[in-house]
Amino acid sequence: MAEVAVRKKLMIVEEIYHEGGPAATHPLRRSAALAVIHNPFAGRYVEDIAGFMEDLKPLGLDMAESLIAALGGNRKTVEGFGKGAIVGSAGELEHGALWHVPGGYAMRQLLGDAKAIVASTKKVGGPGTRLDVPITHINASYVRSHFDAMEVGIGDAPCASEIVLALVMTTGPRVHARVGGLKASEIKGEDGLR
Amino acid sequence: MKARIRKLATFLEETHNEMGRSVNPPSRRAAAVAVIENPCAGKYVEDLSELIAIGEELGELLTQRAVAALGISAPTAESYGKAAAVGENGEIEHAAAILHPKLGTPVRKVLGKGAALIPSSKKRGGMGVVLDIPLGHKDAAYVRSHFDGMEVRINDAPRANEIMVAIAITDSGRPLARVGGLTKDQIKGEDGLR
Repeated sequence: MAEVAVRKKLMIVEEIYHEGGPAATHPLRRSAALAVIHNPFAGRYVEDIAGFMEDLKPLGLDMAESLIAALGGNRKTVEGFGKGAIVGSAGELEHGALWHVPGGYAMRQLLGDAKAIVASTKKVGGPGTRLDVPITHINASYVRSHFDAMEVGIGDAPCASEIVLALVMTTGPRVHARVGGLKASEIKGEDGLR
Repeated sequence: MKARIRKLATFLEETHNEMGRSVNPPSRRAAAVAVIENPCAGKYVEDLSELIAIGEELGELLTQRAVAALGISAPTAESYGKAAAVGENGEIEHAAAILHPKLGTPVRKVLGKGAALIPSSKKRGGMGVVLDIPLGHKDAAYVRSHFDGMEVRINDAPRANEIMVAIAITDSGRPLARVGGLTKDQIKGEDGLR
């Protein structure tokens, strides 16, 4: 099992009180955990990369735990999640796909068997690249009030042989959500969709 | 609270490794950012005392937030800095009113000390503008290992009638600092310089 070499971590927490409308009683909180890791496959084509997903599991759990702590420590307050990766220029997009399993399952596990698929995005880019991490409800992907996204990035990452890994959690709907659709109160919670 | 806050954000950055060398303990810095309404936007206002008062309360709030993000006791903070970005309907003088007359006193009150000038930067800009918050040692401005800067940005701020105000606090200097100069164990702490 290869060790995952972490150069840097960044934790971002946002509290949103309003966006021009009535101030929320409880501000929406959104947090992102980012880790800058060395890409062990950078600079050449490596056919067999899937084993690295197993190596990333402890980091995924660590990042998911730190997100719950940053939002106040109670997993029951977490309502939305998402994930993403930015691969440095000496890597390929497929290396970012290694984050799907360890990143997604870590959050689902810690959030008490969350039903919905974890929305995700990924790209290849240089230092300072911004990533809009998509966010959906943790138990039902169709909950319209919880469709959101959080922009993340780090000024000096990813370097060519690095990957920036991101996990995001939120405590509720968009601050002035009012475009209808399935509500969080209407979730059946059987298929992860509705 | 005099400031009309739309959003608060904190950023906690940890560097664990630099150029293949372990940084142990990791160098850590935190920034707390408030996005507030600019009460003087869109018109020339001669008397900026409202912004000066906002600076005073944000000095306390943002320092407390940054210290909390680091998870340290306030007196163990090592360096600090401040910055503001004014949206397009404001003037650079609005940033000066927030940052310079009264923001520093509550910062020093929270930290217990702070003989050195708080380094600052300011600019006017649109949403997503990058703030490079300068950093210097809080008790002796000449401590070379602590000359640094922290980049923060929020994709949806500042809007035209807003100001983004940031305070950065660290519990350490640059990772692998090795360019000599005054070191932190040589601080006299009398004049704020050495």
